[in-house]
This record gives sequence, structure tokens and C-alpha cells, in this order.
Amino acid sequence: MHGLPGVDKVGVEARAAALSTRSIKTTSKAAAIDLAIRMVDLTTLEGADTTGKVRALAAKALRPDPADPSCPPVAAVCVYPAMVPAVAEVLRGSGVHLASVATAFPSGQAPLEVKLADTRDAVAAGADEIDMVISRGAFLSGDYRHVYDEIVAVKEACGPAHLKVILETGELGTYDNVRRASWLAMWAGADFIKTSTGKVPVAATLPVTLVMLEAVRDFRAQTGRQVGVKPAGGIRTTKDAIKYLVTVAETAGDDWLSPDWFRFGASSLLNDLLMQRTKLTTGHYAGPDYFTLD
Amino acid sequence: MSERLKVRKTYKLYIGGKFPRSESGRTDLVDGDNVARASRKDARDAVVAARKAQPGWAGATAYNRGQILYRAAEMLEARRAEFKHLGVSGEEVSASTDRLVWYAGWADKLAQVTGNANPVAGPFFNLSAPEPTGVVGVIAPPSLLGLVSVVAPAIVTGNTVVVISTGPQVAITLAETWATSDLPGGVVNILTGDPAEVAPWLASHDDVNALDLTAVADAALAADLEREAAGTLKRVLRPAGAEADFTTDPGLRPMTALLETKTVWHPKGF
Amino acid sequence: MSFLDYAPAPESRSVVTIESSYGLFIDGEFGPGKATFKTINPADEQTLAEVALAGSEDVDRAVAAARRAFPAWSGLPGAERAKYLFRIARIIQERSRELAVLESLDNGKPIKESRDVDLPLVAAHFFYYAGWADKLEYAGFGPAPRPLGVAGQVIPWNFPLLMLAWKIAPALATGNTVVLKPAETTPLSALFFADVCRQAELPAGVVNIVTGAGDTGRYLVEHPDVNKVAFTGSTDVGRQIARAVAGTGKRLTLELGGKAANIVFDDAAIDQAVEGIVNGIFFNQGHVCCAGSRLLVQESIAEELLDSLKRRMATLRVGDPLDKNTDVGAINSAAQLARITELTEAGDAEGAERWSPPCELPGQGFWFAPTIFTGVTQAHRIAREEIFGPVLSVLTFRTPAEAIEKANNTPYGLSAGIWSEKGSRILAVADKLRAGVVWANTFNKFDPTSPFGGFKESGYGREGGRHGLEAYLV
Repeated sequence: MHGLPGVDKVGVEARAAALSTRSIKTTSKAAAIDLAIRMVDLTTLEGADTTGKVRALAAKALRPDPADPSCPPVAAVCVYPAMVPAVAEVLRGSGVHLASVATAFPSGQAPLEVKLADTRDAVAAGADEIDMVISRGAFLSGDYRHVYDEIVAVKEACGPAHLKVILETGELGTYDNVRRASWLAMWAGADFIKTSTGKVPVAATLPVTLVMLEAVRDFRAQTGRQVGVKPAGGIRTTKDAIKYLVTVAETAGDDWLSPDWFRFGASSLLNDLLMQRTKLTTGHYAGPDYFTLD
Repeated sequence: MSERLKVRKTYKLYIGGKFPRSESGRTDLVDGDNVARASRKDARDAVVAARKAQPGWAGATAYNRGQILYRAAEMLEARRAEFKHLGVSGEEVSASTDRLVWYAGWADKLAQVTGNANPVAGPFFNLSAPEPTGVVGVIAPPSLLGLVSVVAPAIVTGNTVVVISTGPQVAITLAETWATSDLPGGVVNILTGDPAEVAPWLASHDDVNALDLTAVADAALAADLEREAAGTLKRVLRPAGAEADFTTDPGLRPMTALLETKTVWHPKGF
Repeated sequence: MSFLDYAPAPESRSVVTIESSYGLFIDGEFGPGKATFKTINPADEQTLAEVALAGSEDVDRAVAAARRAFPAWSGLPGAERAKYLFRIARIIQERSRELAVLESLDNGKPIKESRDVDLPLVAAHFFYYAGWADKLEYAGFGPAPRPLGVAGQVIPWNFPLLMLAWKIAPALATGNTVVLKPAETTPLSALFFADVCRQAELPAGVVNIVTGAGDTGRYLVEHPDVNKVAFTGSTDVGRQIARAVAGTGKRLTLELGGKAANIVFDDAAIDQAVEGIVNGIFFNQGHVCCAGSRLLVQESIAEELLDSLKRRMATLRVGDPLDKNTDVGAINSAAQLARITELTEAGDAEGAERWSPPCELPGQGFWFAPTIFTGVTQAHRIAREEIFGPVLSVLTFRTPAEAIEKANNTPYGLSAGIWSEKGSRILAVADKLRAGVVWANTFNKFDPTSPFGGFKESGYGREGGRHGLEAYLV
């Protein structure tokens, strides 16, 4: 773990800032918006979530812009395990994935058996993607073996479901740790590495995502296995989303520019993408009342 | 009983910590002494010695360089009688000794006075600090005080020097004090002879970094040397002209003119 | 169109109005010179404007104007001089979009660099030195520092307006008056700066701009009534100037060429090192005296690093300087392109291996693809001579001592880079590098507070920071 090359904070942040200055216009922007919509994991992770609420969300995932049939569906709906059955009904046969956070989300502070049961239940209820959290406490205390073993066990519990491993980068403290946690998760079998739960003050940032993209790129070069990346939390505007896509394109490359390999964990982002999409189609600025709030 | 026959001193060159004759075998008769007259090849050898000594001298701690210069002042004080015999006044020996002491103290202070922490607009540590320029060719004034006043500021910061002197007995006697001051061989090299003959070889030498012309009285020679020095873009301390007065406070300029400023950047981040 | 192709995103050319012809700026007025010459856009070879060529009489007039202006300007309270410089800084900030576009048109550099690097630094330089004007007695150059008189300044084409700022801001802050000659291929931003001076109501004669080629510069440098010469450019011309100035008593500072080593140790933060290498040599098409043009990479990581570097180079966008996504713009002139071409051909002939990413170059204008040469040794011309283009020579080393030895094995000594995560190694290597600016874990960073200048044949004197005042004070 400590043999991985370091990450210079100032350098990586400068690189992310430079990538943010890319100017994506006209046809490229239209392509980017549709791609970003297709990459959204439309998410609700609230204590107040109800079956009514998540069904509405799932409906929106299938037809984000009811007024425009050319608008693509999102990649997935992401909910708590208890909400999975309700969402599964709506999504069945649509091709939109059903992701569920599991493993004592968001803290990860539960016995392994509880985490595994959580995972199995979600999969049994119809989730085909599991977003697990790593034990940051174990990671920060240097007990990498513990973190690794947990991921391996959860991966096994997932069965056919894809495993996204949430590193909770906002709690890791350094970019060096982000890189180490990324490699640890990939070695343990993660299909995706994901930045954040959205439940701590610092969620996804562009430099953190850049470091993770470098990690998946290097991991594939070394092992031949491709792993996806999912920034989650804090990405609210089309402008932000495009910065992420530019970063994907210029860091990991073309191969990652697909919903199979890159996702946005977001809720409000979708409506901004839809508004910008409408602006490009109609030529005038769109208003929020014309898009559903689900 | 007959008077004891005096043992005379032979005045040779001072190169690389040794006192060789000129490779040319030439001497000049100066005040009854046969003193070595340096050639261009002596200058070449002296530059080699100075270059060889430079990294070690610059790499010594500033405290150590200061100690050695102070030791040189002790040695100079102790030679008072010999300099008097050479016609140097007691006041001049005192002033020369005091000057060495003054410069000795600068060794570990100059960087604090001329260096800077620079508040750049970004997450960077940025520090500018002085460094020696390297090998300095010095056309020295003939007086003891003058010689000390051009050599000490050059070497205290870590440069090494090749000095051309027209005051051979004084210069070589001073060299003897340095040779006994723990000053590493090659830090100071003294060539006695004719600056008009030898200095152009230093001015055009690719391995000399700077040229101190402070004491050159001949304006045409100084201009020629400056032009020659332009070939490798040497730093040049120009003649002080009629103002060359080594009795006044020299200020920092004799030291700073032979320094480079190195600025180091490093990012600051967890 | 796929998202990856990035549709054109051109900055608007209409934000700048370029007249068909420009005169010399002498004594507060624009007027004709002895002849004229054309300045072109290197990206399409189209003429941008006709510019006056200053002959020796024109230079005489400019120096005389600066001399006349000197007593009043140097006699102003520092606080008043400061306010003029603050005004200039503000006007530059307000006009920065216009000036950035102009700079990219005349120079060929990408708009993102003129917009995000050149112009902000230009304004920052004037702000920084403005503040010094009434504090000179605290700068450490004696209790009563005085200006020198008339400064003759000759600047290069790689950062036209930034080099102007580096020269003019400290000169004016210290109470000197100025005659400045911009480079023959990039005269326009200096002429726009003359307009900025008028807008700031700077007294006539304090700043004079004489445009022209080498002869104009020579008249200025050799003018008997010039007290101070400041030059940035090639080492060869620097040598000529040092010879010309010898014996005259004129003060001289020179910022000359370089062949900087960028040293990457095996424990470097590799992705940031790759960025630093790219920034070090491809920033401003490599038209940078402090460019990291020699990559010294530790042999144990050479292959991995070069793979990363090549992959990164493949993402560089070469083309229209006004496109906001362009990373590498046009080579400044046909002459410079010829020089780059000649040296790279020497690299081929001497057996080094050339690599460039696939990239389509425009048909019009002067272009050179980002290029690296591997298998380079210290004996190759491309390892010793300044190419001043987007060409990187890659050498390897085994130990820190070997890296230092190779880095210092050049007559130049302007800058150097170190990449390592080990603090003690960085400090020890930085100590031993014979270079005026050492960037550790970063490269090509500039700031008005940070002194810049070289060791050895890279020149003498420092520009920027407190140190930069010394060149203009007695």
C-alpha cells in the first residue's frame, strides 16, 4: 500500500483546475449532456423515503423528460435496501439498473455478519448493484487487511450484482489515502470505486475523482481488469458534470466514457442536465417549473 | 663574533595550498627579492585548483567558514612584525585584521540579510537565498588592506579566488597566514606578476565565473577585460576608479556582487 | 460529433481592434519612424498591422524624451509614482481580455495561456512594484537609494507583454524612465501598453516604445545617454550586449537562454511529475527560456514514466491559438520553426529516437508537433543547445549524484526541476543545482514576488521580488 507513488496535493488540484477550463460547446455539449444523463445514478437516501417517493423517482429515471422522448433514461436508481422492492417493480425489464446502498450505510460501523445480511437482502429483493462502504476506521488505523477482507466477503455476498465500493474520500484526509484505498478496493474485487456516501461534509471533488481515475487506469494497465468510477454527492450542475466528463476523457480515456464505467451519484443534477438539454434544443433558457421535482 | 647571516625568504606563487615557482621559471626583482612572475599557465593551474576547491568550500558550513576567516585574522595579527618589516604600517595591519574579523562574522549572516521568503500568490513555499558564483578572478590592489578587502568578501560566501597581485611580498606573506589558517588549499590562489599579461587569461577563461576589477586603475585595461569577460558572461565588478578607498565601510556590495540568488519553489499540501 | 472531439470554442477576435498601422511611442505621442515593417499572425501568416521601424534618430529622440522626463519623474514622491503604477495595473486588469486576444494573435500562444497566465501576471507585476515605489529605503539597498536614469530595455517575443511588465514596472517604481524595444515579431502588445500609459495619464516621456529589429535594439543599447541596459533574449545577443556595454559604466542585467534539467526520481508522485514535464516543455510551445527541456529520469522508472508521458502528450490539442481548448499554439515565426526543425533533424541524425503523438497540424502558419527524443546522451546537440520549441530530450540517470552532475553539465544555469517525495533529497539536490530557479515538485511557476534569473551563461541580475529592485537603483 505504501509502495504506491504519492500524490502531490497542489499538483493534482492544479491539474483538475486546468481540466475545468475546457470549453465544451454546441454539438460536444449536447453529446456530453446526453452521456451525463445516461450516467446518472438517480439517488434518494433519506430517512423519510417512502415507497411512493421512490416509485416516483424510478418513473423519472425511466423518462427523465416526459416532454421529450429522445431524452435517454438514467443509468440506475439508488435507494436504501428497504426501498428496493418498490423500485424493482417500476424498473423491471427497463434496462435501468437498481442500486442499493448496503453494509450499514453510511457509517459502515456494524458487524460483518450484519453487513453481509444487508447485502444479501438487497440483492434478493432485486438490486443488481450494491454500493458498500468501507470501514474508514479500520483503514485509517492501518488495518488494511480488515478492509480488504470485508470487501472480499461483500463481493461474494453480492453474487451476480455489481459491487461499488464507497471510499468516503472526505474522511480519508489525503490524496495518498484516496489512491491507497482505490487500489485496496480494486485488489479486493470492486467493480466500481465510488467517492462518497453524500452523508459527510465533503463529498465528491474533481481532484479526488482525478486520483481515482488515475488509479483505475493504472490498475487496468497492470492487471488487465477495468474498474468503474462513481463520484457521488455535490455534483449539481451540468457545468460540473461536463468537467467530470472532460476529466474522464483526458485521464482514463475513451474506454471509461460510458455508463458501464462511469456514473454520477446525484439527485438534483438530473434536472439541471434536463434544463440545459432543453436550452440547447430550443435555443432559450429553461425554467425549473417545466421539469418534474421527483 | 661576526653578525649572523640572515636567512632570506623566497617569494613564490600560492596555488592549491602550495607555494610553487612559476612554471615559466621567470622572476622579477622587486625591492631586492627575486619574486615569481606568473604566466598564463600558472593562471590556468590556479583556476584548476580554485575550481577543485570550490564545491567543498561552498559546502562547508557558514559557521566553519567564519571560524576559518577569524583564524586568518589571528594569524595576520601574529605576523604584525613581518608586515612592518615589509613597510606596512601598524595601522594598516590592524585595519586589515579588523576587516577579516568583520567579514568572518558575515559568513553566517549574509544569507539572512540578502535572502527572502517570497509570499507568492499560491500554495507554495518560496525561498530565495544567496549562493557563491564560483571561481572569481581578482586583480588585487598592492596594499595589504586592499588585498584583504577584495579577497575576504569573495571567499567568505563560498567562492574561491585566483588573485593577481602587484605587491608580491605582501601578498605572499599574507598567503602564508592563510596557509596556516585551516583554509583549504585552492580557496585562495595568488599569482604575482603583471596583470596586463595574466588577467586577460582569467577574463577569457571559460571556467571562471566572475572578475573583480575593483582595483584596476588602467581604464583601457579594465574595459578590455570586461569585454573579454563578456565571452562567458562573467559577473564583473567594475573599477572603483579614484574612489577606491579601502579604509571606509565596504558595505555589502563586495560580497553581493559575487553571489547568485537561487529561488526554490515547493508546493505546500497534505 | 462525439463529445471527445470538443467542438471549436473560439475566443472572439472582435474584442480587440487592431489598426492597420502603428507609429513609435515617443514623448507621449505616436509618430512615424524611419521605415515600416509588418507583423503577422503566426497561426495563419496573415498581416496584423504595419509597424514603424525605429532608426537611430528615432532612438535618439526616444532617449532624449526619456532623459527630459527623468528629473520630474524621479523627483516625484514615491507615493505618487506608485499611484500611476496602480492605475496601470488596474487598466490592464480591465482590458485583459482584449490584451490576451491581441497577445495570442501576434504571438501564436494559446488563448488559455495569455488569458490565465500572461495577463494576470502582467497586472500582478505592476501591482507588486507599485507598492515598492514609496518604500525603497526599506528594501535593503541602502538608506537613500537613487534611480539610475534612462533605462534601455530590449525584450523577446515569447512573453511580449509579461516581459515588458518585468522590465517597466520595477524601472518606473524606482524612478527611472524607459525606452523599450519589443521584439520584431511581437510589437503590438507593447504599443497597446503605450495606450494604457496614455489612459493612465503617465507623464510624457516616462515610457517610450520603439519598435524594430536587431538594429533598433543595438542603437538603444549603445546609446551614450542610456544609463541602464536590461535585456532578455538569447545568450548570443546577450554576449554582444555585454561586450558593447563594457567600459561604458552602464549598468546591465541579462536574462538569457537555458537548457534546464527536469529531474524525476523513482519516488516521485508520478502523475504530477508527468504534468510537470508537460508543463515544463510544452507550455508556450516551449518558447520559454526556463523550459524543462532536458528530462533526466531515473533509469528504474524510465519506461513507466515515458509511457505515462506519451499517453498524456496524446491529449494535447495543437492548433488555433484562439480556441479555448488549445494547449499548444503556433510557433512564433518561420525563423524559429526553421531553428527547431534544424535541431530536431540533428537529433535524428545523431541517433536519438523521435516520437510525437498523432496530431494534425494546420496547413497555414508555423507549427511543430509536441516531440520527445529518447536515447539522448549529453553529447547530442539536442541535449546541449537551446531549442526553444516543443521538443523534449530524455536522458536517464542511476544515482542522485549522476543526476546532479548531468544537470549541471551545461554552460547555462537558469532553472531546474526536481521530482521526489523525499524532503531531504529535494533539499540536498536543490542545494547542488547550479540554477537560479529550482522548482521542486512543480515547474514553470512565476510570481512577481519571486526573483527570477540565471547562473552562468543564463545571464546576471534578478527580475522580480525585492531582488529585482537592485538592477534599477544605485
